[in-house]
Amino acid sequence: MSAVEAEISDLVGREYKAGFVTEIDSDTLPPGLDESVIRTISGKKNEPDFMLEWRLDAYRRWGGMHTPEWAHVHYPPIDFQAISYYSAPRSEGDGPKSLDEIDPKLLETYDKLGIPLEEQKILSGVKVAVDAVFDSVSVATTFKKELAEAGVIFCPFSEALQEHPELVRKYLGAVVPPGDNFYAALNSAVFSDGSFVYIPKGVRCPMELSTYFRINAMNTGQFERTLIVADEGSYVSYLEGCTAPMRDENQLHAAVVELIAMKDAQIKYSTVQNWYPGDEEGRGGIYNFVTKRGACRGDNAKISWTQVETGSAITWKYPSVLLEGDRTVGEFYSVALTNHRQQADTGTKMVHIGRDTSSTIISKGISAGRGQNAYRGLVKVLKGADNARNYSQCDSLLMGDRCGAHTFPYLEVKNPTATIEHEATTSKIGEDQLFYCRQRGLSEEDAISLIVNGFCKAVFKKLPMEFAVEAQKLLSISLEGAVG
Amino acid sequence: MSRSAAATEAYLAAHQALASMLPAAGTPWLDHRRSSARDQFRELGFPTLRDEQWKYTNVRSIIRQAFTLPPAESGWMDKGQVDAAAVPGMDTYRLVFADGILVPQLSRCDDLPKGVTVTGLADMLRTDPGRLEGELGELLGEPTHGFNAMNSAFVCDGAFVEIGPGVVVDRPIELLFISATGGEGRLALPRNLVLLRAGSQATLHERYVSASPARCLTSAVSEVLIEDDAKLHLERLQEESERSFHIGGLFAEVGRNACFTTNAVTLGGALVRNDLVVNLNEEGAEARLNGLYVVGGRQHVDNHTQVFHNSPRTTSHERYKGILNGHARAVFRGHIRVQPDAQQTDAVQNNHNLLLSPDAEVDTMPQLEIYADDVKCAHGASVGQLDKDAIFYLRSRGVAEAEARHMLTRGFMADVLDELEPLPLRQYLQHRIDRLMSAAREAT
Repeated sequence: MSAVEAEISDLVGREYKAGFVTEIDSDTLPPGLDESVIRTISGKKNEPDFMLEWRLDAYRRWGGMHTPEWAHVHYPPIDFQAISYYSAPRSEGDGPKSLDEIDPKLLETYDKLGIPLEEQKILSGVKVAVDAVFDSVSVATTFKKELAEAGVIFCPFSEALQEHPELVRKYLGAVVPPGDNFYAALNSAVFSDGSFVYIPKGVRCPMELSTYFRINAMNTGQFERTLIVADEGSYVSYLEGCTAPMRDENQLHAAVVELIAMKDAQIKYSTVQNWYPGDEEGRGGIYNFVTKRGACRGDNAKISWTQVETGSAITWKYPSVLLEGDRTVGEFYSVALTNHRQQADTGTKMVHIGRDTSSTIISKGISAGRGQNAYRGLVKVLKGADNARNYSQCDSLLMGDRCGAHTFPYLEVKNPTATIEHEATTSKIGEDQLFYCRQRGLSEEDAISLIVNGFCKAVFKKLPMEFAVEAQKLLSISLEGAVG
Repeated sequence: MSRSAAATEAYLAAHQALASMLPAAGTPWLDHRRSSARDQFRELGFPTLRDEQWKYTNVRSIIRQAFTLPPAESGWMDKGQVDAAAVPGMDTYRLVFADGILVPQLSRCDDLPKGVTVTGLADMLRTDPGRLEGELGELLGEPTHGFNAMNSAFVCDGAFVEIGPGVVVDRPIELLFISATGGEGRLALPRNLVLLRAGSQATLHERYVSASPARCLTSAVSEVLIEDDAKLHLERLQEESERSFHIGGLFAEVGRNACFTTNAVTLGGALVRNDLVVNLNEEGAEARLNGLYVVGGRQHVDNHTQVFHNSPRTTSHERYKGILNGHARAVFRGHIRVQPDAQQTDAVQNNHNLLLSPDAEVDTMPQLEIYADDVKCAHGASVGQLDKDAIFYLRSRGVAEAEARHMLTRGFMADVLDELEPLPLRQYLQHRIDRLMSAAREAT
């Protein structure tokens, strides 16, 4: 084994740091799924009738669907009756009114994760409003008052259903309908909480909005639903982060995220995904089967997805943009890392519908150990989408001779005025690059980290600054013991 | 019963009736191959849009109609058609097939160099089946779709070409397949086996033309073995009528330091599907795969290529280009797979499309699947129209707009056309394409 390989295997081998379990009293439904479970979830949340009907409709659709098998991932079939579909930290009365009322153990958990639930958290002068979701339930939302002054609604989904049912009813399922796909249908039937954001006309959201998801309880699945509506001329930047304890079993996470950008609105959605990836032998880890889609409803709207995917045993995720309005813009920036036996099949869909639309796809895949990393993307230009423009670039970095990097782009063009380009390359860290860095006094580990970060730079610079720092750290932790 | 299943049943019934009359029926190994292919055909049926590999190509129009194999002795012998199809200024060894069946009277292979066999597959099966055992059907392996399975179930005629060790063939070997020689609804199932023994070199032309505008189906399978240090240049030209259906499969295996160059040119056909599978099995194996499709009207052309890098230090360079007029639709899927331990693979794959009409459509999927880390792999795809700035540049220098467009279009495909061997073939195709393009311009 050469020095580089040793260094890489060293770097890849480091442990998952968010893998602890919080001992907390929780209210969990027994495993299994039928209509009564859905009624119970809906009842516990005291939901309006339309919501229950919507869930039941989704459940019936789900019953007639099959698990998707086209992705480049392999796993044993999931027993959907062995999963508990609801788990909530037990709270007295009506739930916490302020941070003081929250179980200190929960706060400790978020502290350990380095997540700024405390309101004073101000980094580089930027305030961040946080909604924390623990297992299935939203436990704390910060900065509510300041947001309310700006007219921004940012609250747990269950709260939005109580206080703004008309908004939820209008937009829920507008982009990802309940029967969209197997996991979206399952989510629609059983989702327990999530975040709801509404930015009124002309408002630029005064701070970054952020949600942290944490799976804690055993044998539960997490099914959250995020809905962000940016009304005409508004702007919002939103970030989600996720972690889970280390367990030998696999756990399912099937989320749905819907974004709606009206005329002249902009939504920037960033994800730093660090679910437990399983151990070196591929035991345990989260199955991350997520449907994310945004619609640029009005002219000049823009939706930008940025994702850093370092966790999960299996990632199956294609954040997409429907470019419906004229001159709309869709962007997808992704870094996906697979190490040990992780598998990722991720990418995007850009559907050009309006005129003069443009989309950019930058995908960076890093494979190490026995990881399998696939980019799968669709660029579709419909007949009326005059002057559509797409540029896609998919680069893969391979570390080690047992990993895999795959690229499956689909380009469908029905309009001759479109200009569509796709490029992909594959490379490894060269001995000469490392030698160059070493010669200038960098340790091998720093050199590898430098090269990997350079490879990902085009994506990192799209993240809000403070999260870019986090993403870089996460990447070097995930790669610990892996480079080759 | 679905339409696809009904069509499959109809062909299976025809197979049942014909089985005992097929060439060399009763030879145990061949009977076994045919019957297992028949079983696979029954299982696979014809592909549907739900099939990932056929996502953009609907064969409904093919299975709607029942095509029938020509009678054993069709008696077709139209020398005029053969002369019309000949490439001016090019001398070749030639086999002529009418709806997939060899026409010896029109073929011309008498002065072949020593060590070279060019003959009909049916003749070979009848006279010396032992020579084909362990070769025929080996490279195709398990058929991946019903058309290939159907071809294997019937295996009737086609070309058998064997170039002995170290032999360099002086002239191109031309396999001229003429379809629609007997009215509507003919089915042609040519099956070709090409063996290049170690160190040999040859140029092969596989050409498909129509005798009449009658609607016919050709489902061809070619197996090509290129042994160590051998070199094969294979030009595959599809110039059938705009009403014909063509499903072509080419399965090649390339040995140590051997080189396989193939250029697939599609100009004709209502629905054309070309499958190309290349296995680079030994170190130093090289494949150069080019394609050009110039289509218009309501033509549909689908090129599927798969390259497997099974050994270290193998090379593949792939470049497919398309020009679309009218309501034409083109599909491209290129798949490169670098197997574990196939280190120092060098693979490049490109697909570029020029849309010249508002109603044309392109679906392209360049795919890489890589399981080794010390590799150089890249792919690219583009869809666009002629560069307005380039047209403006030419016009500003006094070139008329139509001429400017013509020059740029020619330039777009020049690098693929330049790969064709020999020169007269290049000139012939350039001329054909120019005519097609001017017809398309007039149509608009």
